[in-house]
Amino acid sequence: MFYREVGQFKTAYATDQQVFPIRQDQIAIAILLIVAFGVVPFAMSDFWLNSIMIPFLVFALAAIGLNIVTGYTGLLSLGTGGFMGVGAYSAYKLTLAFPDVNIVLIILGAGFFAALVGIIFGLPSLRIKGFYLAVATLAAQFFLEWSFIRIEWLYNYNPSGAIEVPTREVFGVAVTGPTATPTVRYLVVLSIVVLITWIANNVLRGKVGRTWMAIRDMDIAAELIGIRLLPNKLLAFAFSSYICGVAGAMMVFLWLGAAEVESFDINHSFLILFMVIIGGLGSLSGCFMGAALIWIMPVLIRAAPGFFGIDIGAATVEHLQLMIIGALIIFFLIVEPAGLARLWQVARQKLRTWPFPY
Amino acid sequence: MELLYNIFADPFVQMVSLPDFFVQVLWEGFVSGILYSLIALGFVLIFKASGVFNFAQGIMVVFAALTLVGLFALGLPAYVALGVTIVIMLGLAFTVERVVLRPLVNQPDIILFMATIGLTEFLVGSGELVFGGEPKTMISAELGLPSGAIDVNMLGGFVTFQRIDIAAAIIAIIMVIALAIFFNKTKVGRALRAVADDHQAALSVGISLNQIWVIVWFAAGIVALTTGIMWGARSDVSFALEIIALKALPVLILGGFTSIPGAILGGLIIGIGEKIGEIYWGPLVGGGIESWLAFFIALLFLLFRPQGLFGEKIIERI
Repeated sequence: MFYREVGQFKTAYATDQQVFPIRQDQIAIAILLIVAFGVVPFAMSDFWLNSIMIPFLVFALAAIGLNIVTGYTGLLSLGTGGFMGVGAYSAYKLTLAFPDVNIVLIILGAGFFAALVGIIFGLPSLRIKGFYLAVATLAAQFFLEWSFIRIEWLYNYNPSGAIEVPTREVFGVAVTGPTATPTVRYLVVLSIVVLITWIANNVLRGKVGRTWMAIRDMDIAAELIGIRLLPNKLLAFAFSSYICGVAGAMMVFLWLGAAEVESFDINHSFLILFMVIIGGLGSLSGCFMGAALIWIMPVLIRAAPGFFGIDIGAATVEHLQLMIIGALIIFFLIVEPAGLARLWQVARQKLRTWPFPY
Repeated sequence: MELLYNIFADPFVQMVSLPDFFVQVLWEGFVSGILYSLIALGFVLIFKASGVFNFAQGIMVVFAALTLVGLFALGLPAYVALGVTIVIMLGLAFTVERVVLRPLVNQPDIILFMATIGLTEFLVGSGELVFGGEPKTMISAELGLPSGAIDVNMLGGFVTFQRIDIAAAIIAIIMVIALAIFFNKTKVGRALRAVADDHQAALSVGISLNQIWVIVWFAAGIVALTTGIMWGARSDVSFALEIIALKALPVLILGGFTSIPGAILGGLIIGIGEKIGEIYWGPLVGGGIESWLAFFIALLFLLFRPQGLFGEKIIERI
């Protein structure tokens, strides 16, 4: 009744092929964007922006990056944290080398270094598959972590081994560094995320994305119908690593403000893999849902004892949180292995036929 | 020229000029290789029988060792504590089968893999909650494990063999032989191999999948307990042990996911290769290369055999 595409006629190919062909979707997305850009930054407190909204968007972007290689191309990768690190460190070196260049361009450019590294570590995917490949991508993770410690040039020989984000201004407004307000940083993050999601969506709808999906479904069959595996698999790795690199650069520059190698360790790779799996493999909206769930759940769990007035130690909460998250992950996998995106599809189908489902 | 010399000649010169040190390095590599093999063995058992890539094997090692130490701290005699720990591992196997595996049967591999990561988080959380996060000492003396070291005069120097390492090697060999007999000679073992071969065919001749899964998870639990005791006797029992699970992964891909001899041989290759690389080539790049060298060794082998040294040949059909 509320969600019905009856009567929405398409008279041109362009309108038929747009991203959101259904008017209700267009309206919903427009409202979402207006709220995200116009209401959230002013209605939410700095704490909420800084500890929930910004990390949520950053991780959602990283999840999109991982989803491209794992969900769309079918190559399980466990090196996400490392690729994010490459983006962060190269953005750091770039902005020190070119202090006058717009920081947003620096962040977007840093992704290309991550893409390069991604291509190198994607090379084994041509020969090995499945879990063998997953373990092979761990090589990338550990090698990159090691480089972030041992190659001191990367963090400018800082004795603490950390990178600290310098203050950079765009049009006279501080975007990064200690003086930048959460509102500004949130708006920059949101703009980059929206831009890249839009690009990714169109890439995935097009020829390249379909090629990747063919490889995912069965790579031998794809090869037989004339898809060249070498460039396409590497392209998937490059595009995915580019997005992860941008997410990593944003994580350090627009959220944490300073980072060490711990920010890019294997646990972050798993965290993002969780987001992709819980959200739904091969779904962009799923990335956002998964990131929201996985990121907001621990925040809620940590806040819950205080809310109910129960007094337990911080360490106990930490352990309970791990237990609850572990259990919830198993629970979600059992209830809906295809992810939250699938739940949304089911709900949409129900809405479409409501109130006469038969 | 200098660099080339340092890479290709100098390490070998060092090996030849100090042969006793080289033997010591080999032995150290051998021992850590055995421990990697044991963890990989737990993975292989589960992967063979259920196709589940069990990421939780490493944490099962920690969990088993912590339970043992914790029970001993409660005042139980060492061997009783060992017995109770084995019962707890059996309980864990039952729970995992009932709560995680059975509802997820027939799901894609990656979903089951994620479920075992969820299990890992759960076990880490509950282990830290019950036993606390601080490192503990393994009760090796109470379990009758030897301590101290033997110095052997050979090749113009002294080579030190820790008694506990020798014990670890012997126990590992006994366990592998026992597993081999179990797999090849007993009825349950044959059922396990049937399940590993083909789930549906095994079901159709009346083998209970659920029962088999409990048995393999229990066997993996026993392997984990042994590994935990051995590793704990060499260093402390703490959640840092979790890291060794990740180090067992290159062993797995090197040996092949489905092969027990592969796990053993892979463990030894990785253990020895890693130590030699770290000692002789590590200083050239600033050290600490242990964390990724194993993966590169494994990758090198994979380029020639994509299914690992002993893994079943992957046959792909359209």
